[in-house]
Amino acid sequence: MAIHVRIPTILRSYTGGAKAVDGAGDTLAQLLSDLDTRYPGLRGRLLAPDGGLHRFVNVYVNDEDVRFLGALETKLSDGDTVTILPAVAGGS
Amino acid sequence: MARYDSLLDACGGTPLVGLPRLSPQVPEGAPAVRLWAKLEDRNPTGSVKDRAALWMVRAAEADGRLRPGATILEPTSGNTGIALAMVAKLRGYRMVCVMPENVSTERVQLLRMYGAEIIPSPAAGGSNQAVANARQLAAEHPDWVMLYQYGNEANARAHYETTGPELLRDLPTITHFVAGLGTTGTLMGIGRYLREKVEGVVVVAAEPRYGELVYGLRNIDEGYVPELYDPTVLTRRFSVSTQDAVLRTRQLVEVEGLFVGLSTGAACHAALAVAHEAVRAGRPADVAFLVADAGWKYLSTGAYGGTLADAEAALEGQLWA
Repeated sequence: MAIHVRIPTILRSYTGGAKAVDGAGDTLAQLLSDLDTRYPGLRGRLLAPDGGLHRFVNVYVNDEDVRFLGALETKLSDGDTVTILPAVAGGS
Repeated sequence: MARYDSLLDACGGTPLVGLPRLSPQVPEGAPAVRLWAKLEDRNPTGSVKDRAALWMVRAAEADGRLRPGATILEPTSGNTGIALAMVAKLRGYRMVCVMPENVSTERVQLLRMYGAEIIPSPAAGGSNQAVANARQLAAEHPDWVMLYQYGNEANARAHYETTGPELLRDLPTITHFVAGLGTTGTLMGIGRYLREKVEGVVVVAAEPRYGELVYGLRNIDEGYVPELYDPTVLTRRFSVSTQDAVLRTRQLVEVEGLFVGLSTGAACHAALAVAHEAVRAGRPADVAFLVADAGWKYLSTGAYGGTLADAEAALEGQLWA
């Protein structure tokens, strides 16, 4: 078992084109560090200079926004799905 | 009282209906967990956006920005444009909409019928591009009035002053409120009102997760967060896939006879998630979610017929909420 991570099209240049990759970590921060060892540069695109999540990046654990769960300290378990998406304008 | 002097006066005052068949079953003796739907499709042009449109126009009239015969400009993928076009027609304004090309044909037809002029923006850029194009047009036409639903405080205030109080009046025991997240105006207005009045109320956003084609070309540094958005108003925020939204949209009509648009299917999915959590925790819950519009405008998308996989494939690349 591992943590399943969905990568948006715009960031697949870091994953060799892979739509989804597996990673490990007890928290989101650990997961991103783990991913960065195999996909260098990916972590840097997701974080702001202050070390927090980039304002225009949304990350969801099992479909729930991590900003409401604990941000980078959000706890992860094996089998979780992490989805990374660019922020887009919604509304109608 | 169900008599009004004009269509504009008939905005709001929508029904809140229980969904006894869709509400989760609770064990014998356990507290009730109930789902409720706020039927915002029962507004003059058939969507929740009538409230925002009317409040934004009234505010612009009051502060002198909108004068008789003025042109209103708005980036919109449909409902706000339709609502503004109706208000503009009745108040004597010209309406220009900037709209992504990848929205359903019904929305384009309705806008034209209400008298709006449509300036298409490239599908690949989605709503972000429509917003950018509208800003450029506003700069080129300083006499046009862009109400700008994403940053107009009157959008959220419409819900703080009307939808929120209606919900609390009709459901004083409300524990959770769930709505789709777009401009964020609905959630900001209702969320603020309920948080002031109901201790511990949980405010839940259901954000549509479109098909990959919609996000495909988005550069992260050119992302966009509506100016109205204040994350402290929300308690939780869910990303709902196209498949889950379609599944719940169909379930609502099959189980409860409620024919809704796809963004409501997404809100219903999040509402069911928090309702089932309450059941597992043995807590009573009255979960209200907002029906932003009915399904009519989305029939041509293919979401209502065939298998779930067919519907998901048909919606790939479309801004379905």
